Amino acid sequence: MPSSATPPVITTDKLTKRFGHFVAASELTFQVAKGEIFGFLGANGAGKTTAMRMLCGLLKPSSGKATIAGFDVYTQTEKIKRRIGYMSQKFSLYDNLTVSENIRFYGGIYGMNTAAIRTKTAELLEELQLEKEAKTLVSDLPLGWKQKLAFSVSIVHNPDIVFLDEPTGGVDPVTRRQFWDLIYHAADRGVTIFVTTHYMDEAEYCNRVSIMVDGVIAALDSPTRLKQQFGLDNMEDVFYELARNAKRKAD
Amino acid sequence: MITLSNIKKTYNKGAVQALNDISFSVEKGELFGLIGPDGAGKTSLFRILTTLLLPDAGQASVDGYDVIKDYRHIRNRVGYMPGRFSLYQDLTVEENLNFFATVFDTTIKENYDLIKDIYQQIEPFKDRRAGKLSGGMKQKLALSCALIHKPSVLFLDEPTTGVDVVSRKEFWAMLKKLKQEGITILVSTPYMDEANLCDRIALVQKGDILSIDKPAAIVSSFPGELYAVRAAGTHRLLQDVRNYQGTSTCFAFGDALHVTFKNAGSQPLLEYLHTKGHADATIEKIQPTIEDCFIHLLK
Repeated sequence: MPSSATPPVITTDKLTKRFGHFVAASELTFQVAKGEIFGFLGANGAGKTTAMRMLCGLLKPSSGKATIAGFDVYTQTEKIKRRIGYMSQKFSLYDNLTVSENIRFYGGIYGMNTAAIRTKTAELLEELQLEKEAKTLVSDLPLGWKQKLAFSVSIVHNPDIVFLDEPTGGVDPVTRRQFWDLIYHAADRGVTIFVTTHYMDEAEYCNRVSIMVDGVIAALDSPTRLKQQFGLDNMEDVFYELARNAKRKAD
Repeated sequence: MITLSNIKKTYNKGAVQALNDISFSVEKGELFGLIGPDGAGKTSLFRILTTLLLPDAGQASVDGYDVIKDYRHIRNRVGYMPGRFSLYQDLTVEENLNFFATVFDTTIKENYDLIKDIYQQIEPFKDRRAGKLSGGMKQKLALSCALIHKPSVLFLDEPTTGVDVVSRKEFWAMLKKLKQEGITILVSTPYMDEANLCDRIALVQKGDILSIDKPAAIVSSFPGELYAVRAAGTHRLLQDVRNYQGTSTCFAFGDALHVTFKNAGSQPLLEYLHTKGHADATIEKIQPTIEDCFIHLLK
């Protein structure tokens, strides 16, 4: 459960990104607590990717403020990158490395020493029940296993925050729920989860959800309160209500 | 309109079984959905039916023509929207459409009526290169290109994957209209909620058909009773319900848990949950969704 006693892990204040005259993300202001599962929703082209790239220290904002794990998104981007994890459906693991090679590789990238990597590898393989597949090429794993491994690898260095960009596309409903068990488990250990998804039932699993429309945050609250606010039964209808009049459709 | 009998397909010299003995048929004018995750065999099936891939065994026909012997006839009368965006990125919207019309020996003008509703939404951008379009617009262009020769059968491989809720709703509204034009549509999707928009569906997993019927019939074949359990703190609730000795299955579904019990009736689960500190827990009997049925069939 998110804790209010500790300082927020993400704070933004009027965070804005312009590309020429186009305002991709406009005055985003929000905070995310430690261990919170924060759903970051929006229509295609609403500005989610731009916002996420700023928060990861990959894109310099045009104006506004933001700190990630206490570090400034303008001046301390390298420190941010050490404190966050990132996973997307499209890119995560190296297909032609084995399971344990992938863990070793990412551990190394995130600056872990050999002994720590070795311990962590054993721990992860056990947790994921992949001991027998340690020497299997990732390309030979079923998609569901790849996703679970990709998630575990993205938090191999115990980051403060992990950014998950549509992590559950394409898997069967049972695997998708097993994936969410991993997410809950990580959140219980204090990892803050920042997740985008097109599955609206997954929006319900988040502690709080923000919905971006045309570059601005149009709504931000717990799923229960959002449904009450709009007088609707589920998050899909809430999302539709907010996003159907979006003017921007560009990705 | 589409028939498959005992279709088999393997890759890597038999190591990967993509389709295991698949048989079913789709009626003329039907909107038929293939519902299943990646690796279910959906794309292999599409490629066989569009004559782009040879099956290892079995027969299949489209609009009365055999997929192997009569492949030329089939190619003239089907529209195919592959899962991966496969239009020419360096051609403009209008050039792409013109290209596909010309390949099929027709013109945009001749079949404009059929694509009008869809194409008009992207026509303001007709001079834009296809590669510069957004996901939703690419999807509309791809559908227009697949329709421009007025096919009798439309094959749509995961047209709504990665597309937001609003565009998905729009897309299904378009399919409904095309169905009214009498076009037979075979569509695949990983989104279980879209199953209800089809006339009939096949639930597929790892090359097998788990179930094939009307969505309502699949739902009513769900064995036993299903309950929705709600309380604040879903994750802790999930663990507690799973640990309850009378629980058979328990899966998270949005803001509720869908639970089945080992014995009939909802049992004293609430009392148990109260002792676990879920003072606000509620339980109600519910209709299963297609996703509940899929999960049940996966076991």
